[in-house]
Amino acid sequence: MAVGVLALQGSFNEHIAALRRLGVKGVEIRKPEQLQSVRALIIPGGESTTMAKLAEYHNLFPALREFVKMGKPVWGTCAGLIFLANKASGQKTGGQELIGGLNCTVHRNFFGSQIQSFEAELSVPEIVTKEGGSPTFRGVFIRAPGILEVGPEVQVLAEVPVPYRKPAKSDPADGNLEENAGSEKKVIVAVKQGNLLATAFHPELTADTRWHSYFLKMVDELSQEASSSTLEDDPTLPEPPKYELPIFQQ
Amino acid sequence: MAGSGVVTVYGNGAITETSKQSPFSVKVGLAQMLRGGVIMDVVTPEQARVAEEAGACAVMALERVPADIRAQGGVARMSDPQLIKEIKQAVTIPVMAKARIGHFVEAQILEAIGIDYVDESEVLTPADDENHINKHNFRIPFVCGCRNLGEALRRIREGAAMIRTKGEAGTGNIIEAVRHVRSVMGDIRVLRNMDDDEVFTFAKKIQAPYDLVMQTKQLGRLPVVHFAAGGVATPADAALMMQLGCDGVFVGSGVFKSGDPARRARAIVQAVTHYSDPEVLADVSCGLGEAMVGINLNDEKVERYANRSE
Repeated sequence: MAVGVLALQGSFNEHIAALRRLGVKGVEIRKPEQLQSVRALIIPGGESTTMAKLAEYHNLFPALREFVKMGKPVWGTCAGLIFLANKASGQKTGGQELIGGLNCTVHRNFFGSQIQSFEAELSVPEIVTKEGGSPTFRGVFIRAPGILEVGPEVQVLAEVPVPYRKPAKSDPADGNLEENAGSEKKVIVAVKQGNLLATAFHPELTADTRWHSYFLKMVDELSQEASSSTLEDDPTLPEPPKYELPIFQQ
Repeated sequence: MAGSGVVTVYGNGAITETSKQSPFSVKVGLAQMLRGGVIMDVVTPEQARVAEEAGACAVMALERVPADIRAQGGVARMSDPQLIKEIKQAVTIPVMAKARIGHFVEAQILEAIGIDYVDESEVLTPADDENHINKHNFRIPFVCGCRNLGEALRRIREGAAMIRTKGEAGTGNIIEAVRHVRSVMGDIRVLRNMDDDEVFTFAKKIQAPYDLVMQTKQLGRLPVVHFAAGGVATPADAALMMQLGCDGVFVGSGVFKSGDPARRARAIVQAVTHYSDPEVLADVSCGLGEAMVGINLNDEKVERYANRSE
């Protein structure tokens, strides 16, 4: 069975292209019934409010919650992380629906508007242990969320220092004093809890496929335990080449 | 390399990045997050909220929608920054704003108030009829209009991180948007089948930088996100643009000049996601009330905004 990619809006094509580079077929998911044909799901980056609205119009939330409850592997990037979180702050007026399941609190647009978007080399020990390669990963943060709190069962995979400018609209309570105190504050940007994986940055926008193969290993481990679904991917015909955007390397 | 889609940043340093904080990949990144979405023109914070509630992936903050600019005439300029700030405060989705073509100070002002994207737009009266803004000098990303492949690649070389086809804004008439999208896509198809030796002359013919033409040939598409704009008024129009191969849609006057904006906005958002599913399209197109009044472009007196820049 293939890996599903929620294709309501956002960078789903990029995820499918990354999966294709690893020889795995990605299937676009737009309707609840399509979830039954996949063994894992990636929720891509995009505008989380837009994706939530579209999911609501087509009644996807119950099916997605069921999918998470069944313990199938789900990976959320950026907007997907917000979807998976149990609690989100910095939402639009009236709030937005979440899938939940990941025991953490995220803050939307933690780093501010587009002008504060950035790239950073992240230290990712867990990924390096499993996947090898360079000790850091180029994280692309686009109006990214930050993880403020995590529950005890959540494993932290990566953190990034909070930029000196501070998140544009955080609570005024934690003001300048702390920053000047010197100790660099960090915010969590990648976590894992059971079969849920979440990143605030966009591995699908880089040529480095280690996060994707890390996620696929989570999927494989699970299907081996279940022992039923033995079939590996790509027995299907090679797809016609799909034209994708370039990936920029520094 | 061609297969994996991995490329180095344009020009190998031929055009140096002026600021390391916001490399081109980050500028393109936001546009990539907008893919499969709808960007709506709004003139008040209330409209912005309606758009966000309907599922727009970004809003374009304006003083007047293109249909009103057309009707009222005169010189159209950048909107009052106060209005743009108010709209920005009203919503959590990205906010774009328009600057006049070549007016780099308007762009500096927009960058200073911290919006997410600048549209260097032919809908506003151009400030410079020969030069566009040198968009490499900015940390904020730009979207620019185009009518054909050459124009698109010239804008990308100037630093645009996103392209939209021009269409004919404020007319509610999709014909020009179709013409421009077909022109871009058609040229790319021709280019794909072209012998490498012929690309030099082709680049000269379409007046575009050779390296970008070659990159487009290898990728089989524009190297940045490509939206459609100018004349989209119905869910069917939006889905047509998507089926022609665009990454998303701008809707200008089409939403808030119609009978039931909230409903129409929502329908267009759904149409873009489910663009290849006629059943969903039929479903969302039902009972939307009156569409915006259209303008027949055979009329010689209608000013062509698309021809304002090359």
